[in-house]
Amino acid sequence: MFEDWEERYQYMIDLGKDLPLIDNQYKTESNIIKGCQSKVWVHAELQDNKITFTADSDAIITKGIIAILIRTFSNQHPKDIIDADTDFIDAIGLKEHLSPTRANGLVSMIKQLKMYAIAYQTQLN
Amino acid sequence: MPQSGLDLLAMFNINEIRKDFPILSRKVNGKPLVYFDNAATSQTPQQVIDVIVDYYSNYNANIHRGVHTLSQEATDLYEQARQKIQAHFNAKHSHEIILTSGTTDSINLIANGFSSLLKKGDDVIVSALEHHSNIVPWQMLCERTGASLKVIPMNLEGELIMSEYDKLISKNTKLVFVNHVSNALGTINPIEYIIKKAHAVGAAVLIDGAQSTPHIKPDVQDLDVDFYVASAHKLCGPTGVGMLYGKQDWLNKLPPYQGGGEMIAEVTFEKTTYADLPHKFEAGTPNICGGIAFGAAIDYMNAVGFNNIALYENELLEYATKALLDIEGLKIYGTSKQKTSVISFNLDDIHPYDVGTILDKLGIAVRTGHHCAQPIMDFYKIPGTVRASISFYNTKEEIDALVTGIKKAKMMLS
Ligand SMILES: Cc1ncc(COP(=O)(O)O)c(C=O)c1O
Repeated sequence: MFEDWEERYQYMIDLGKDLPLIDNQYKTESNIIKGCQSKVWVHAELQDNKITFTADSDAIITKGIIAILIRTFSNQHPKDIIDADTDFIDAIGLKEHLSPTRANGLVSMIKQLKMYAIAYQTQLN
Repeated sequence: MPQSGLDLLAMFNINEIRKDFPILSRKVNGKPLVYFDNAATSQTPQQVIDVIVDYYSNYNANIHRGVHTLSQEATDLYEQARQKIQAHFNAKHSHEIILTSGTTDSINLIANGFSSLLKKGDDVIVSALEHHSNIVPWQMLCERTGASLKVIPMNLEGELIMSEYDKLISKNTKLVFVNHVSNALGTINPIEYIIKKAHAVGAAVLIDGAQSTPHIKPDVQDLDVDFYVASAHKLCGPTGVGMLYGKQDWLNKLPPYQGGGEMIAEVTFEKTTYADLPHKFEAGTPNICGGIAFGAAIDYMNAVGFNNIALYENELLEYATKALLDIEGLKIYGTSKQKTSVISFNLDDIHPYDVGTILDKLGIAVRTGHHCAQPIMDFYKIPGTVRASISFYNTKEEIDALVTGIKKAKMMLS
């Protein structure tokens, strides 16, 4: 999709800049995703049986990554989030970030978004 | 005849030295590797790699217990390595050198040993510049014994404040723990003063040499230090091996750390008598190959020469500091005049992780984050820094590449 790393990263950085910020009241210690070198906060809300996510990070590239995830996962039914596969990450050239040993914590982020979905799914059942 | 700096530098041929390190010719993300994460782990010269291959090809056997030739040869090599380490640090006896799995292991050995020597009312003093994983053993020790942990504070330059140390030290002080060089900022601490003051009140001193030993050759007798610890992997040796120097009297006084083979003289179900030094502290089969390679690494560093290393690294440090400070918005943390070739910095309010990620794409390896020194980051109220740590096998051209990389990162990120 992108010619080289520079374009890909510039795209992520720009996405990061555009990411709608999380409401400050949700930037709490308990909303921080562990396993990232930078801080990532995620907040989830259920409306009309669909989850919306908001998020923020103190690092812009991390913010770009989380923006892509939120774009994919937000406004979806919890079950669809639980069942979603992560092939799209390959498709957009983020695969190198997918290893669990990467400091950016992409894997932790996906796990956390799915955890929210599981929690809301149990509420719905 | 004493040699001037220039004579020494003339003998120091950087192109020849770089040829010793095979990894320096590899590519990362399609670019030539520029390795500036030396404070985390240094690279390994062919001379040390050869020793590792030779060991497994020709000598591999368990040591100190076999009658057969291989075991004896391996034991000889291992003990020769201990003697090389002894000579390097100028310890009085080779049995004052305990081979461990690294600095962390050495520190835990001492902290554990002091459990039986400390009581409520005693003080342990550490510094604000410590590697935070190394503060934990002392916190645990103080919890176990009821002793209190006191901290020598630092100033904005990243130097320990000696007038505050003077106030902390008292007849209650039993142990002082300070790193010789700070891993996060590169500050060289005034350990001679710290040791003298501690000894005046009868306290023991443990110096963490993990970051000093790649740059400085310490003389433990001259320093009169009680314990000095280091890791092989920071000075061109392999990972998983390190050393503890302890004065003979202290090592005899401390109880063994771990139970197991090698550390016992006699075992009955009623009582075990411990082996003599150094084996009392070396339970189980050690990292034999690692120990031998540690000796080879020390040989290598000495062949390059610590004077040469200091002169050349200082030149690179000055060059890099000047070039980095020319970048608008770049701020260096740790500005002591006494420092090793480590530059910790931030770029405007850009997160260090972002800078490190872009540099990696350009083949440049730096460390980002809090460098296991959270208290220092809290002091400066920053989430972390980008740390470029320079070694004697780096070049000015690599520093130029770093500067170009930082400028690119700044352009992309702001
Ligand atoms: C000052 C200092 N002490 C201790 C350590 C820990 O060394 P090791 O992980 O080899 O035990 C380090 C490593 O980063 C260090 O920089």
